Amino acid sequence: MTEALLTVSNVVKHFPLTRGVVFQRQVGAVRAVDGVSFALAKGETLGLVGETGCGKSTVARLLVRLLDPSSGSIRLEGEDISTAKGDELRRLRREVQIVFQDPYSSLNPRKTVGSIVAEPFVIHGLEQDKAGRRRAVQELMEQVGLNPEHYNRYPFEFSGGQRQRIGVARALALRPKLIVADEPVSALDVSIQGQILNLLRELRRELGLSLIFISHDLSVVRHMCDRIAVMYLGRIVELAPTDELFTHPRHPYTRALLSAIPIPDPTLPPREPELTGADVGSAADVPPGCRFHPRCPRCEEPRCTSDDPVLERKDGSAGLAACHYPLQEMQPPPGAAKAAG
Amino acid sequence: MSDPSRPLLEVRDLRVSFETEDGLVRAVDRVSFSVENGRTLGIVGESGSGKSVANLTILGLTRAENARIEGSIQFRGRELLGMGDDELRKVRGNEIAMVFQDPLSSLHPFYKVGWQIVEAIQAHRDVGKAEARARAIELLGEVGIPRPERRIDDYPHEFSGGMRQRAMIAMALVNEPSLLLADEPTTALDVTTQAQILVLLDRLQSEHGMAVILITHDLGVVAENADEIAVMYAGKIVENADAPTLFGAPQHPYTWGLLRSIPSLTAASGEELHPIPGSPPSLIHVPSGCSFHPRCPYAQPRHAEVEPELERVDDAAGHSVACLLAPERRAQIWEELRK
Repeated sequence: MTEALLTVSNVVKHFPLTRGVVFQRQVGAVRAVDGVSFALAKGETLGLVGETGCGKSTVARLLVRLLDPSSGSIRLEGEDISTAKGDELRRLRREVQIVFQDPYSSLNPRKTVGSIVAEPFVIHGLEQDKAGRRRAVQELMEQVGLNPEHYNRYPFEFSGGQRQRIGVARALALRPKLIVADEPVSALDVSIQGQILNLLRELRRELGLSLIFISHDLSVVRHMCDRIAVMYLGRIVELAPTDELFTHPRHPYTRALLSAIPIPDPTLPPREPELTGADVGSAADVPPGCRFHPRCPRCEEPRCTSDDPVLERKDGSAGLAACHYPLQEMQPPPGAAKAAG
Repeated sequence: MSDPSRPLLEVRDLRVSFETEDGLVRAVDRVSFSVENGRTLGIVGESGSGKSVANLTILGLTRAENARIEGSIQFRGRELLGMGDDELRKVRGNEIAMVFQDPLSSLHPFYKVGWQIVEAIQAHRDVGKAEARARAIELLGEVGIPRPERRIDDYPHEFSGGMRQRAMIAMALVNEPSLLLADEPTTALDVTTQAQILVLLDRLQSEHGMAVILITHDLGVVAENADEIAVMYAGKIVENADAPTLFGAPQHPYTWGLLRSIPSLTAASGEELHPIPGSPPSLIHVPSGCSFHPRCPYAQPRHAEVEPELERVDDAAGHSVACLLAPERRAQIWEELRK
């Protein structure tokens, strides 16, 4: 693996819970991100997956400094994004851009596509002359598969998929090294999702981009990513190369996620969901010990209920898992039995 | 009163259109389908395909000044389309119940969950409060809510997303409907919760012998839960078959497109996806001829002029497709695509 572009070390983001109006006192905290570490190599795509409330979107917002971390560091080529200020922060922000989930609410409805995509240039004082800026914007539009003649149109004149292309063009404007894509296709129709995924893959290849790809959809993540980090209640519980994660998950939560994906093949036998009973816990009330233990089918007392497992390499694995009793056996990927037979 | 040889629900040539400032929205255009007792019909389509409007119309929920509704919807031999509001209200929530996509916005935030279920019971049954409450507790337990006798007095915001959807299902089941309409019941939920809810629906269906119409955009969901599947595009059904046939030998280019645009969990992770080009049409300006022709890679010039009819395919009973390509040509293309 080549040198790291991004190094995230032990990042924590707690949102305080307060009570009282005048004399506010803190009564607790939502531990949205609770000690997350990973590194991203140049040109690599890392997937972040997990259920609602696992902290994946908070990580995205920390990476682009829309939120300040409570502690920990986020380094981009050695420079710390998490503490940068003023001009330094502005310079670092050029290198990291974000694509949001909802292409309806992430574009200003009162601005034309041209001015939306040109906004990064304005903010960073680039492409000062008008004609040059217009040319640059139209090149970007073309690059993401939009008609450059639609420069003066408003967002409502575009479909969902086209709007997401506008969001991608805006993220590309400053030629960033890293793009954080937060659920970029989950608001789109199935037939359109593939268009955006193919576009991101193409751009990654052409521009040598690194990508953090956040999604709740494991099949989409598998399609896009070199490595995948599975998050649960603010922590990464497993981080492994894509193929290994799907064929030999170590963490029971990863296997439960995999087994829950509906497979478009009616000839497969019906499955039993692995996670029954409790829903996802709350980040305001993280269970002691392993935070997954209340839902875990392999939980063993007292170790799992008192001892917090660390993310570490398990026997013979290339990836890391945070589990006291990791899964040993290989798991055929969902639907593989049919494909092989 | 009902004739056992006829399907439970029979929708014939249903057309629903809405007069709007921008023009006439043809949301549902000559759609026919039927559901037998105890079976599950999956209706698949993208946003704007008319799948939700068709189902809301069954319960009379699209009746409005600007709506034009034609065709026939027979439920146990009774015509629902012309039925008076009072009479329809006796069917709705009683013999036919509905579960919506977003459980947070379909539960009233100001009322306790139990109160809302009790209301649903008392709307159709002449039972006392205590009895209705006991029934509500029983049902909450049946749909898998722990300690239902305590949770019944919670407000919707105290429930998680999965629990709210369970409560919605409990509410739909209180009067033992013979048909349940489930409109994207798991779309707002996480995969692990989705799997639980789908298993729950399946179990309740076999225990209560209900028929279900499952509306979704997710082919994985219908593959696991539906007996028959109808694929909708631009207000029409373009293909109709039992589940194994639809996935094993699909005939419509749109169905192919849907199947090929989802990333597979088994193929090599680097494979290229084959999305359908373009985007779904507006229902105000539906393309002429075959409405899929602008996005269809196999379209011929004449496909923009001739409108295809839903025609039977010989390979399986109940398989029909609305496509202008010759059947041999379709079989040949699918053989190539599946490689």
